Amino acid sequence: MGKTLVEKIWDAHVVKHQEGFPDILYIDTHLIHEVTSPQAFDGLRKRGLPVFRPQQTVATADHNVPTLDQHLPIKEELSRYQVDMLTKNCKEFGVELYGLGHPYQGIVHVIGPELGITLPGKTMVCGDSHTSTHGAFGAIAFGIGTSQVEQVFATQCLLQQKPKTMKIEINGELGKGVGAKDIILYVISKTTAAGGTGYFVEFAGSAIRSLSMEGRMTVCNMSIEMGARGGLIAPDQTTFDYIKGREFAPKGEAWDNAVAYWETLYTDTDATFDAVLTFDAADIQPMITYGTNPGMGIGVTENIPTTVSQPDNERPSYQKALDYMGFKDGDRILDKPVDYVFIGSCTNSRIEDLRQVAAFVKGKQKAEGVEVWIVPGSKQVEAQAKSEGIDKIFEEAGFQLREPGCSACLGMNEDKIPSGKYCVSTSNRNFEGRQGPNARTMLVSPLTAAAAAIKGRVVDVRELI
Amino acid sequence: MKKFEKLSSRVVPLPIENIDTDQIIPARFLKATTREGFGENLFRDWRYDSDNQPKTDFVMNDPTYVGKVLVAGKNFGCGSSREHAAWALQDYGFDVVISSFFADIFKGNALNNGVLPITVPEDFLEKIFAAVFKDPMTTIEVDLEAQKVTVVATGDSYEFEINPYKKSCLINGYDDIDFILSHTDQVKEFEKTRPFSFYS
Repeated sequence: MGKTLVEKIWDAHVVKHQEGFPDILYIDTHLIHEVTSPQAFDGLRKRGLPVFRPQQTVATADHNVPTLDQHLPIKEELSRYQVDMLTKNCKEFGVELYGLGHPYQGIVHVIGPELGITLPGKTMVCGDSHTSTHGAFGAIAFGIGTSQVEQVFATQCLLQQKPKTMKIEINGELGKGVGAKDIILYVISKTTAAGGTGYFVEFAGSAIRSLSMEGRMTVCNMSIEMGARGGLIAPDQTTFDYIKGREFAPKGEAWDNAVAYWETLYTDTDATFDAVLTFDAADIQPMITYGTNPGMGIGVTENIPTTVSQPDNERPSYQKALDYMGFKDGDRILDKPVDYVFIGSCTNSRIEDLRQVAAFVKGKQKAEGVEVWIVPGSKQVEAQAKSEGIDKIFEEAGFQLREPGCSACLGMNEDKIPSGKYCVSTSNRNFEGRQGPNARTMLVSPLTAAAAAIKGRVVDVRELI
Repeated sequence: MKKFEKLSSRVVPLPIENIDTDQIIPARFLKATTREGFGENLFRDWRYDSDNQPKTDFVMNDPTYVGKVLVAGKNFGCGSSREHAAWALQDYGFDVVISSFFADIFKGNALNNGVLPITVPEDFLEKIFAAVFKDPMTTIEVDLEAQKVTVVATGDSYEFEINPYKKSCLINGYDDIDFILSHTDQVKEFEKTRPFSFYS
């Protein structure tokens, strides 16, 4: 019987399979950052162990770095200490670090792909749940905890139970103003925030095939928001074209060998999945979340569902979410006022996202009273945006282009949304307090975020393009 | 890793679904570089208001409910992979979390730290909540060897599932690194068989 894409890659990385035990899975690439690695490095010191394969480990500082004045020492003491600790640890254990000031620095899930570190067929892990992003290239990529970061440091392997497989197929053509972010918010609204738990999800279908690599990364990035450990897409010409020529991508003969192998990475026609879901792209409209988990999403023209429409035992949690957001049963989401707009995060901070936003806002002005932060995913994205004059467009629109980092996606640095304020955000999580204590988040696509910035309220971007 | 065998304790009920790790430990408290001290900020924004005063309506500020067992609604631990969530629960004093559904990464992190996540059916979860809200002195017994969780007063019990390898790790206090390190030679052999030089 044939194999799914996940099974092909998984099986190629099993060092040892033993009944009653999780597999010993070999990890090709380990990405690390300042927040989830210090305790793992400490663990190595306590055990007297080196990093087993430092050349397969890459570090950057992204989670708590400031997005203004990165050339100056970090003001916040604990953040500075954590970033300094990463530098010290990388030096001690021989790990390559793209830290602050380095032209490759950026959000770990943005730099991996743009440097050609992320490749089809690889196993990749990082102490960050959005590692699923790299699955867009046809890799098995997933987030791990710090104990597992230590495992990979020590052994370049992980003990892992083989996951169940799910296929999510989206066929048909996307409507005007609808993009990758809308696809994934729509899917999560259908599966709920737990619907993918225990699975690796392969995204397929003509609507997925038609996406750029940036769009595919956005989709796979948010697999974890439906509970799936990872999401992936079979590599194709779009994938190869994106990778070719990047800094660490294979070159010459190695490239030809790589592509020949990558072309075998697809789900066999006679393979079976543990679950299959199918959606029609034509049913998807620009999406927005109204609650406090990413499954609480609706089309912008829809009304907020009522509490009585929820299952009995879930009503208290549902009501708690609406209370937190300051919304009522059945409210229209259109025209809700917006205080902040955040365009950034590992979900939507790539050059294509910035280009799309710039093309829309060119010649327009942000609404009065709205604060707009654009945080590029990496130094390379920032440099590219400037070389294309995108920075000027943002400046004229009254948008603030900052320096790279995770920023207001999780508010570990100074970029927090004030208590009670509404933020329309291109990030991935609308949890209570995610963007700052009592901050209220509405997740959207970059285009819908740009439209909200111009109008100062939630709007249907389709009416403006 | 701390060993886990049996436990008998009162419980803290938190009947809320989709409790994400940002609630368990907000990101702004992730700046420590050690594993200790996170319990202080466990459920920080549910426990304290913006003036750092305890919110009296939150269960952990209610002296009626104490114990080493946290019982929570489905999809507990979703969201961020931060292991700090497991550290915070453990540091605060929880050795067991019972829910009808756990998020993958949290579950693994908990097991790697000797915190036992027990998945029970929805109706059993409801029975625990009902028993505790009726009598806050309700005691839960957990027997890992027998894979059994019992509500002592009512005698209701459930035999839960756990990966046999993870079970033996918890009982013996072993961790995965010890296990993989004992296979280092095989890992090196595996590396030689990797034909894809383009990955290095």
